[in-house]
Amino acid sequence: MLKTKALIRFTFLGATIAWLVLVFSDVTILFSDIKGLKPDIPLWLPRVMLDLYVICLYYYYKLKIEQDESLNFTDLLWKVFATGLVATVISLAIRFVLYLLGNTKFVSNTLFGDIIYQINLALLISFLLAAFTSWKRLILYQKSKWLIRIWLAFEFGLLLVLVYDSINIVLSEAVSATLNVLLGVIAIVLSANMKWVAYLNFKQKWTSLLLLILIFFYLAYFFYTVTRQSAIISEQSTAFVDFSGHIFNLSLFAFVLTYSIFSFLVITFNLPTSSVFEQKLEEVINFQRISQSIQTEQNEESVYNILLESSVSSVFADAAWLEIQGAGNLPRLFTYRIDEQEARAIRDHLKSNNVKGVLDQGSDKTKNLSRHMSAMRGSRYRSVLAFPISVKGETIGTLALLKELPDGFNKEMTRIVSAFANQAGISIENFRLMEEAFQNARYKEELKIAKTVQQSLLPTKLEQDKDFEISAFSASADEVGGDYYDTLRINDHLVALIIADVSGKGTTAAFHMSQMKGIFHSLAQQHLDPKEFMQRANQALVYCLERGSFISASYFIIDSAEKKIRYSRAGHCPVLYLRAGSKESSYLKDKGAALGMVRSKDYCNYVEANEFGYAPGDTMVLYTDGITEAKDSKGEEFGNERLAEALNEVAGASAKEIEDNIIKRLYEFSGTKNINDDYTSMTVKFHG
Amino acid sequence: MVHIKRLQESGADIIAVIGEIDASSSIELDLAIAKSVGEGFKRILVDCHALEYISSAGLGVFMSYIEEFKDKNVTMVLYGMKEKVMNTFTILGLADLLLIRADRQEAKQLANELSV
Repeated sequence: MLKTKALIRFTFLGATIAWLVLVFSDVTILFSDIKGLKPDIPLWLPRVMLDLYVICLYYYYKLKIEQDESLNFTDLLWKVFATGLVATVISLAIRFVLYLLGNTKFVSNTLFGDIIYQINLALLISFLLAAFTSWKRLILYQKSKWLIRIWLAFEFGLLLVLVYDSINIVLSEAVSATLNVLLGVIAIVLSANMKWVAYLNFKQKWTSLLLLILIFFYLAYFFYTVTRQSAIISEQSTAFVDFSGHIFNLSLFAFVLTYSIFSFLVITFNLPTSSVFEQKLEEVINFQRISQSIQTEQNEESVYNILLESSVSSVFADAAWLEIQGAGNLPRLFTYRIDEQEARAIRDHLKSNNVKGVLDQGSDKTKNLSRHMSAMRGSRYRSVLAFPISVKGETIGTLALLKELPDGFNKEMTRIVSAFANQAGISIENFRLMEEAFQNARYKEELKIAKTVQQSLLPTKLEQDKDFEISAFSASADEVGGDYYDTLRINDHLVALIIADVSGKGTTAAFHMSQMKGIFHSLAQQHLDPKEFMQRANQALVYCLERGSFISASYFIIDSAEKKIRYSRAGHCPVLYLRAGSKESSYLKDKGAALGMVRSKDYCNYVEANEFGYAPGDTMVLYTDGITEAKDSKGEEFGNERLAEALNEVAGASAKEIEDNIIKRLYEFSGTKNINDDYTSMTVKFHG
Repeated sequence: MVHIKRLQESGADIIAVIGEIDASSSIELDLAIAKSVGEGFKRILVDCHALEYISSAGLGVFMSYIEEFKDKNVTMVLYGMKEKVMNTFTILGLADLLLIRADRQEAKQLANELSV
C-alpha cells in the first residue's frame, strides 16, 4: 500500500518535472526561432519531454484508477468527469484572467501564448489519459484471453505512435495509412465491449448519461481551445509543432471520443429495458435470500416472511398471505399488507363459491383465479393467484397473491412465483431436516450423559465373603436403560443384594435408577425384612415415579451365620437357583408386584418374603429381562431354559466363570455384538 | 408396531391389540384406552389374541389406569393372552392387579358381573 502511494507520488512528480522542462525548452526554441537564432538546446528535447510526460501520467492514472478495486462503473465515470472538471476550470480561469488583462502586447506575445497552449495541452492530455484508463477498466470488465490480447496490441500501437511522433522518421503514406486504419479498427472493436452497461440500474444509467454529456463538453472545449491556440502559434513560428501534428494525441482523443459516444448510445438504448433487468436481478437476489435464510439461524417463520416479501415484490402484487400446516396440524396464517381477517374473508368467499382447488391443500396445481374475485363485494382485490408449497411431495401450505387490478397476473409472473414457492418448499424442508438433526444431536448428547450417570451408579466393587463370591456384569445398549444392581454389608454376617430394572429408557430411567440406589443404601442399612424393605421402597417411589412408570426389583439378604437367604421379589425376573446337591436349577417364582404399581398401603398384599437355606456349591443367578428376552436372527428369545442350561454346563465353576459362560452363550445365540436392551446379571457362588 | 381396533358390543368397548407394544407404540394403546374412557364406557375389554409382545412401557399403560378405573368405577378385563405375554404380566405382578380371563365370553361375563 505504501509502495503504491509512493509510486503515485513519484509518477506525478516525474510528470510535473517533464512538463516544466517541456515548457522551458519549447519556449526557448520558439524564442530562438522568432529571433532567428540557433537554439542552445536540441530540438528533440520538447518532444521527448512530452513523451515522458505522457508515460508518467499514464502510470499515474494506471496506479490511481486501475488498481483501485473499490470503484464501480459510475465511480469510474465520475473520476473522468472530475478530472475533466478540474482541467476545464483551470483552463477557463486562465481564459478569464486573459480576458481581464485585455488585448495588451504582453498577452499577444507568441511566447506567452505558447505557455498558455502548453498548459491547456497538458490539461487535455491528463484528462484524456484519465478517460483512457477508466475506459480500459470498463472494456475489460468481462475479459477474455482475446480481449486482453487486443487491448495490449492497442496499447502497444499507441506507444509506437507516441515514439513515431517524437522522432523524425517519415513513413510512406501507404504504410502510415495502413497503420492508422489498423489502429482505428482495433479501437472500434474494443469500443464494442459494453457489457458493464447492463449492470447499471436505472438511476445509475441516468447518472452515467449526464456524466458522459459533460465529458463530451470538455472534449469539445479542449479540442477547440487547443487547435485554435496551436494554429495561432504555428502561424508565427515554423519550429512549433502543431497539435494536429501529434498523431498520438489525436488517436487518444479519437479513441476516448469514440468510446464515449458508443457508451452514450448503448446506455440510451438500454434505458427502457433496464427495469426488466433490475427485476431479474432482484429475483435472483430474492432466491438467494430464501435459500440462505435457513443457514443464518433463522426460524421457519422468517423463511415464510421472506417468501411473502419476495413474491410480492417480484410480481408487483398488492398483498399476500401464506397458510401453513404447522406442527400439530394447526394451520397458521402469515399475512403481508393485508390483515388476517380480510385474508380469511377472501378464503371463505372462495370456499363458499365452491371454487375448487384454490386454497385447498390437496391441490398441486398453480391457479390463477382472477375471475372468481370479481364476484366478491367489499374487497378491494380483484385478482388472486394461489400456489401450493410442498415439502417432500406433500403439500404443506398455500401461498396466495392478491392484486387490486382485475386479471393482474400474467404467465410470466405465475412462472416466477411458482419457482419461488418451490424454492421455499426446499428451504423449509432443509430447515426442518436441520432442526431434526439438531434435535437428534441434542438427544444423543443427553443419552451420553445419562449413560455416564447410569454407569457411575453401578458399584465398582462388590461385597465378598468367606461364604460366597459375587460376580456381576452389565452391558448397556445405545439407548440407556435402567438396570441396577448393588450389594451392601449390613453387619459381619449379613449382606444385602439388589437387582432392579427401571421401566422406560433414557434420562428418566437413569434418574429413577439413582433414586433406587438412594433407597437401597438408606433402607438396607436398617436391617429390614425384605418384605418391609419392598413396602418402604414402594412408599418412597410412589411420590417420584410418574404415571405408568415402575421399577421391578429383587432384594436378598444372605445370612452367612445361619446359612440362609431371605428375599423378596417385586415384579423382577425370577431368580435362577442351582442346588449343588441335586444338581437341579429352578426359578424362584414368588408373588410380588413391581414397585410403583400399587400406589397405596395395599401394596403389602401384593408382595411377600421367603427364605431358604443354602449349601456349599450352590449358585444363584440374578438377571434382568434383557438377557431372557434377547433375540436371535429368527426372532426367538433366549429364554429361561437356555439360561438355566448355560448355568448347568459349568455348575461347578466359579462365579466369574459361570457368568462368562452365560455371556458367551448369550452372544452366540443373538449372533451379534449389537444389543438392543441392557444385559445385566449378578452371579453368587456359595462356598461355606 | 401395533395396530389397535375398537368395536362396541352390547355396551362394552372392545379394544383389540394386534402386534407388538414397545415404548413408542405404547402411546397408541394409551390413547385408545383414554378415548374409550373419555367416551364414557364402563366396561372395557382388551382383546390380546394377536398381542405378540409387550414391553414394560406397555405394561405401564395398563398399570397407570388401575387407580383411575377404581375411582370411576370402570371395569377393564383383558382376555385371550398368549402364554408368553401372560408370563410377562405374571412376573411383574400385574396379573394380580388386573382382571385377566381366557376368552371373550368369560371376560364379558366378568365385566357384566362387576359393573352391576
